[in-house]
Amino acid sequence: MSAANPANTSGHLLEIKDLEVGFRTSRGEVKALNGINFTMDAGETVAIVGESGSGKSTTAAAIINLLPGTGRISGGSVLFEGRDLAKATRSEMEEIRGKHIGYVPQDPMSNLNPVWSIGFQVEETIKANGLASGRKEVRAKAIEVLQQAGLADAEKRLRQFPHQFSGGMRQRVLIGIGLAAKPRLLIADEPTSALDVTVQRRILDHLASLTETDRTALLFITHDLGLAAERAEKLIVMYKGKIVEAGPSLEILQNPAHPYTQRLIAAAPSLASRRIQSAGVSLGGIEHDVASSAEGVDLIAAAETRVEQLGAAAGARPAIEVDNLTKVFKIRTGGLRSENFTAVDDVSFAIPKGTTMALVGESGSGKSTVAKLLLGLEQATSGTITIEGRRTEKLKGRELLALRRAMQPVFQDPYGSLDPLHNIGNTIAEPLRIHGVGDRASRRDRVTELLDQVSLPRVIAGRYPNELSGGQRQRVAIARALALKPDIVVLDEAVSALDVLVQAQILRLLADLQAELKLTYLFITHDLAVVRVIADNVAVMQRGKIVEAATTDEVFDNPREKYTRDLLDAIPGSGIKMGI
Amino acid sequence: MAYYVIRRLLQAIPVLLGTTFLIYFMVFAMPGNPILALFGDRSPNPALLERLEAQYKFNEPFIVQYLNYLGNIVRGDFGISFSGQSVNDILARTFPVTLKLAVIAIVIEMIIALSVGLVSGLRKGGIFDASALIVSLLLISVPIFVLCFVAQFFVAVQLGWASPTVGADTSLPRLFLPAIVLALFVVATAIRLTRSSVIETASADFVRTAFSKGLSRRRVIPVHILRNSLIPVTTQLGADFGLLIVGATVTEGIFNVPGVGNTLYQAIIRGERPTVVSFVTVMVLFYLVVNILIDLLYAVLDPRIRYVK
Repeated sequence: MSAANPANTSGHLLEIKDLEVGFRTSRGEVKALNGINFTMDAGETVAIVGESGSGKSTTAAAIINLLPGTGRISGGSVLFEGRDLAKATRSEMEEIRGKHIGYVPQDPMSNLNPVWSIGFQVEETIKANGLASGRKEVRAKAIEVLQQAGLADAEKRLRQFPHQFSGGMRQRVLIGIGLAAKPRLLIADEPTSALDVTVQRRILDHLASLTETDRTALLFITHDLGLAAERAEKLIVMYKGKIVEAGPSLEILQNPAHPYTQRLIAAAPSLASRRIQSAGVSLGGIEHDVASSAEGVDLIAAAETRVEQLGAAAGARPAIEVDNLTKVFKIRTGGLRSENFTAVDDVSFAIPKGTTMALVGESGSGKSTVAKLLLGLEQATSGTITIEGRRTEKLKGRELLALRRAMQPVFQDPYGSLDPLHNIGNTIAEPLRIHGVGDRASRRDRVTELLDQVSLPRVIAGRYPNELSGGQRQRVAIARALALKPDIVVLDEAVSALDVLVQAQILRLLADLQAELKLTYLFITHDLAVVRVIADNVAVMQRGKIVEAATTDEVFDNPREKYTRDLLDAIPGSGIKMGI
Repeated sequence: MAYYVIRRLLQAIPVLLGTTFLIYFMVFAMPGNPILALFGDRSPNPALLERLEAQYKFNEPFIVQYLNYLGNIVRGDFGISFSGQSVNDILARTFPVTLKLAVIAIVIEMIIALSVGLVSGLRKGGIFDASALIVSLLLISVPIFVLCFVAQFFVAVQLGWASPTVGADTSLPRLFLPAIVLALFVVATAIRLTRSSVIETASADFVRTAFSKGLSRRRVIPVHILRNSLIPVTTQLGADFGLLIVGATVTEGIFNVPGVGNTLYQAIIRGERPTVVSFVTVMVLFYLVVNILIDLLYAVLDPRIRYVK
């Protein structure tokens, strides 16, 4: 595998020709990729975008021949430096992986083996690729690799285990592993999707500088258009296993030719947020064709509904009032000692009835702890929570049950929060059963009503969670939360795991439901772009404290705190002008 | 860690009290006078009977007998059997034999379960996997005494590879055959567990990442797949170990192994209250200790688990 491979006549580093991938199922082979063609040259950064299920991750896996389950390459070729990897033997692939093609996986939480130390996992990469020999040299190389990936105190951390690392640090380890052998091509599959915007930016900057120094080609897979446009010269848009559009990034974003790309751009909240703002400020001067993007209109409509709501709610008693809320955890520092960690530090806020407050901040800022305290899943150390005029800290038994009835949660992971063994109808009816509402027949009617409310077909009641898409599952979770006709819904990262198109639909649904049912939302998220389209008020949390709280427009237009500005600047694609 | 162990041991105290009480009560409630039974058809001298009953304190009320017994246990005295031997001596003689038998059996079980389970899991749905399933089901459904007799007859009597009974000589080679039978008796569950655990681990993200780093199959399978699959399997093996110590009664009887199970069985038949209760107490204690050890082994296998509180 030298650079001067005589068979490499095309001169491209990577050339994918008519690539087809099929998955064997009980009903025959299902095609996941249908004739993919693209090329990459040394030092080039190419981004593949598309929603989940579009085949972008499958393309990445096919290149290094690590297709999951029953997947196999059923046609075409993957020419890497002129050599067809689709026909390579197992040992040839083992030689190429790691050494010539590096890979940075999507989810830093599940991609490191929990039972081995970080050092062990980096060192085995170094040994497998023959980068160093001898215990001391391997160790030194491992430290070097981790330091390059941006882990400053690498030497101390070698003996630590993945669970002792934060998501960002784990992703740095994975990037270090991927780049350890200075491969000519690095495939990064959603390398930062699981991370906060600020961490995301630091990691991507770092990745860019590393690949630049070594002229490593970077194949970057993401569902975030803004991110792709900011980071890649070339953009490939995939839809249902096909490339629908490819070309220079800015050109595609400003003049999308394919309707799917147009929808994708319209739905991306990081870009849409600019539009809502301009719609409010200068109604006459909008350049884009509103009618061409359905989701865009909905978001504007949602924003208008919100303004009306806000006017009505002013002066009324707040639905939620939180005063001087503090939560201290004991964390173990080794041995039998422990020290106090203040997760929530003297937090106060009030949410007027029928409005939405967004609580934003990086992970670890305490925003989810606030949600847990509010829902009564954790006990506050001090401070009070007043819901609909009633203090909650001393509620027990029946009163607590009544409180839960008025306040329902929707959680982040639509895969994890539905019981796979219960069908959708039973899942939605469960809160009704627990609270003893109605009889069997009336509960069934209510389930049908709820399914209509969240725009799901009624037949879905008999299906099971694994038969549903992520967006449908999140709708089910919302329907379940609404079953008891609550006044307050706590949404903890409720749309963070969803694709842009689905995200836009869910946000629209939430806005509609709020207008219809006078709901009060506490919306917890790390994604400021989403905040712009859904929230009336924003509270920014940093290290357990609320550092800034104001109306959404104030926070976005005149952020007072540096931390808020950093969060805003870190929204990918915020500096790029979009054209639809 | 030390705190955790101490707390677990303290938790064992109520368990021990409860079990000894139950066992003592059940043996007490058994019909018939055990001392009379000792004399068989002959009618004993009433003075002798009275003396024996006094010696074993059978004429006292139940609760007095029980508390008496507890007091003795605390002093480390497990009482005296009907044959006049101290129960401590019997335990010291039989327990090591059973322990040896159980250890050999668990090692055999581990080797079979891990190797068969691993191959089945990696070649899910293949011929090997299917055959392993059939054999496992067979082993689960056959009662252990049938296994014992089959092994005794074919391996020992027909082929002459081993001695059909163990007897007084409890050296390793002689314990090997009953140990294999015991291992086969419990191995099926462990195979199935290893298999499903391997299947689950093999599709984990970190396994794909391990391959993407350029590692070979030869490295990924033991280091990333098997190693992680060990965690659930260890619990099973630990539970099996307790089961083998406690439940080797039938096998020990058939192979005439002078171990705990055999002795306990004899004692139950003779209604020897001190022996039965003492043996059961020691077994419960042993079972609890094994479980604590397994929990500690967990922390070694899985760095995410740390016992502090």
